[in-house]
Amino acid sequence: MLYKGKQKIWADYQKEIPDDHWFYVRSCIRQNFFPASEVTFLRILRDELGKDIYETPHHTTCGGIAYHQECIPQETQMTIIARQFALMTEAGYENYACSCITSFGLYCETLETWHEMPEVLERIRENLWKACRREFNIPKYLAHSSDLVYKFRNEIAEKAKYRLVNRYTGEPLKVVEHIGCHYAKMFPSKGVGGAEYPYVLVGMAESWGGNVIDYPERRHCCGYGFRQYHVKANRGYSISNTHKKFESMEPYHPDFIVTNCPGCPYFLDRWQYVIAEQTGKTYGGDGQGIPVLTYEEMAGLVLGYNPWDIGMQTHQIAVEPLLDKIGVEYDESKKYLGTGGKPLPEPEFPMNIRCC
Amino acid sequence: MAKENVVVIGGGPCGIEVARNLRDLGYTPILLEQQSELGGHLRLWDRLFPEGVEARKVLKELTGDLKGVKWFTDVNIESIQKSRKGYTVNVDTGMSFQTKALVVTTGFKLFPAENKQEYGYNIYERVITNADLEQYFHTRKDPRIQNPKTIGFVHCVGSRDEKACNRQCSKVCCATAVKQASEIKELFPDAIVYCFYMDLRLFGRSYEDMYLTAQRKYGVRFIRGRVSEVSEDIDGKLFVKAEDTLLGKPMKMKLDLLVLMTGILPGDSTKQLSEMLKIQTGEDGFFTPRDTILEPCMAKDGGLFMAGTCTGPKTIPETLSEARAAAIQVHKYLSK
Repeated sequence: MLYKGKQKIWADYQKEIPDDHWFYVRSCIRQNFFPASEVTFLRILRDELGKDIYETPHHTTCGGIAYHQECIPQETQMTIIARQFALMTEAGYENYACSCITSFGLYCETLETWHEMPEVLERIRENLWKACRREFNIPKYLAHSSDLVYKFRNEIAEKAKYRLVNRYTGEPLKVVEHIGCHYAKMFPSKGVGGAEYPYVLVGMAESWGGNVIDYPERRHCCGYGFRQYHVKANRGYSISNTHKKFESMEPYHPDFIVTNCPGCPYFLDRWQYVIAEQTGKTYGGDGQGIPVLTYEEMAGLVLGYNPWDIGMQTHQIAVEPLLDKIGVEYDESKKYLGTGGKPLPEPEFPMNIRCC
Repeated sequence: MAKENVVVIGGGPCGIEVARNLRDLGYTPILLEQQSELGGHLRLWDRLFPEGVEARKVLKELTGDLKGVKWFTDVNIESIQKSRKGYTVNVDTGMSFQTKALVVTTGFKLFPAENKQEYGYNIYERVITNADLEQYFHTRKDPRIQNPKTIGFVHCVGSRDEKACNRQCSKVCCATAVKQASEIKELFPDAIVYCFYMDLRLFGRSYEDMYLTAQRKYGVRFIRGRVSEVSEDIDGKLFVKAEDTLLGKPMKMKLDLLVLMTGILPGDSTKQLSEMLKIQTGEDGFFTPRDTILEPCMAKDGGLFMAGTCTGPKTIPETLSEARAAAIQVHKYLSK
């Protein structure tokens, strides 16, 4: 692989990301799967970097899940998005950041539709006014929240307590980066690094000491793919996609996977358990799986946050081997303690995959 | 009486042939080339389809007889003024040429293969272009080509591709791919060679024979379908995904070498000259002649002529024929 060739593409696909003052919307899925990731994002941006990130409890879904399963028409979905923009406008912001990759793709698609067809924009303005008497401005800048962490990756590196380096060998950790399909595959210029060789997660991992692996099925879907999973009869496709990716990355012995999509960390994490149950095969060392992190978790770890505060105990695949490699301090006895030290129910251990 | 000057811009095979013919018709051609050598892309090619004639022999033939032609290399056109008397062509070396007739033969450039990012040119080492392969055929030196056992050719890279902003067919790539697939099989008889194509557009005399020979003699496997993406496995082999649209099945394979058949785009100087000379260009960026059927070598302006691949993709014989036609048109114009 010729690294210089990738660098040239990365240089071509950089986008303007304002430094401050963002209106932030959460992801429907992430709030349930990995809620601490979004909290960690806000903690890093607000507390570590002193940025103004505003969020409102009044925002809703963007409609993406229904739209991609053809349950709602595009006009309805665009009106939902218009309402989100109205909330941003009412709060006095111009920069819009979303936590969900599918939302990001849908916002890009909607803005492009309005750009190409101004008459549709006018109709949506009318729809919104009729529905809830709201008006909106189109955001000046649109970013995915991983774009913001990417932008501040060097500031985070300066504050880092740990590096993505194997403390036993001194070698950079081998990182698989997995980009959500809706990040740049539809609109390459909207993603940092473009569609084919996205840089957004590579930039973070490299800035924090890791070494990113390019493996054959890197571009392949994680397996979620909406209708592959949400249509129950199609779930075999979902897991076979995930299986394909793990078979492809296996020879590289990755230390962990990092993602920037709501569904990807969930499916790459949970399906490892199912694959182990179905086939007996595991992909990490010593009968374990390969830990799957969100980029906020990766950032939180290098900043030295308590892994249980950033939600690492919600993963199917045990993260302790990774924490040990990095040298992160943690108290195993506090893994399943909730707010105020309240004990949480502990999961059962699976048969075929070791979880510490 | 002093012979009349005619300026020819572009010193590829077309420009050379225009100049030679003008010389034979009694003029003093002034041939201007921005590269350091005459010959254009022909310099970089090893053999020409369909018979496999050596490109260098053709070029030697063309450049071997330039007596009476004034030619200049390493020159860039700075400006061109048009007046009642004709054209004044100013070049960056400080020289200036007067001519009543101006012939533009600025040729083409190959589509930059790295723009089709999914194919990984300049990212994955064993992905090369048709031009790289011609160089290898000539020098037999390229560290990327090490006794390959499985080889793929991707047709239409940057041609017939809306995403690459080039809807047009480049006309010569299918024949080049069939030629190169056969040639590489000659060099590496044990290799399995695949050609991934959309349609095979082989139209000239003997081209069908070349295609049949590629299948019957060399066992080249033609797969109707496009390559969707290329990546690299841990051993550095190329991991290629494609679709066989005749079987209706996706394909995955590991290859030792992938050759991208890059298409033909207007040359870099086309836009500059179109602005200087107010020559109309089509949506594809190539110059548009006054009449594509009856006057393919003439621009709208009297005294301005064009030939070769600056008006669209052509084979070498077509280019040379058009060069001769342009020379006659110039002669007719100047003889009025």
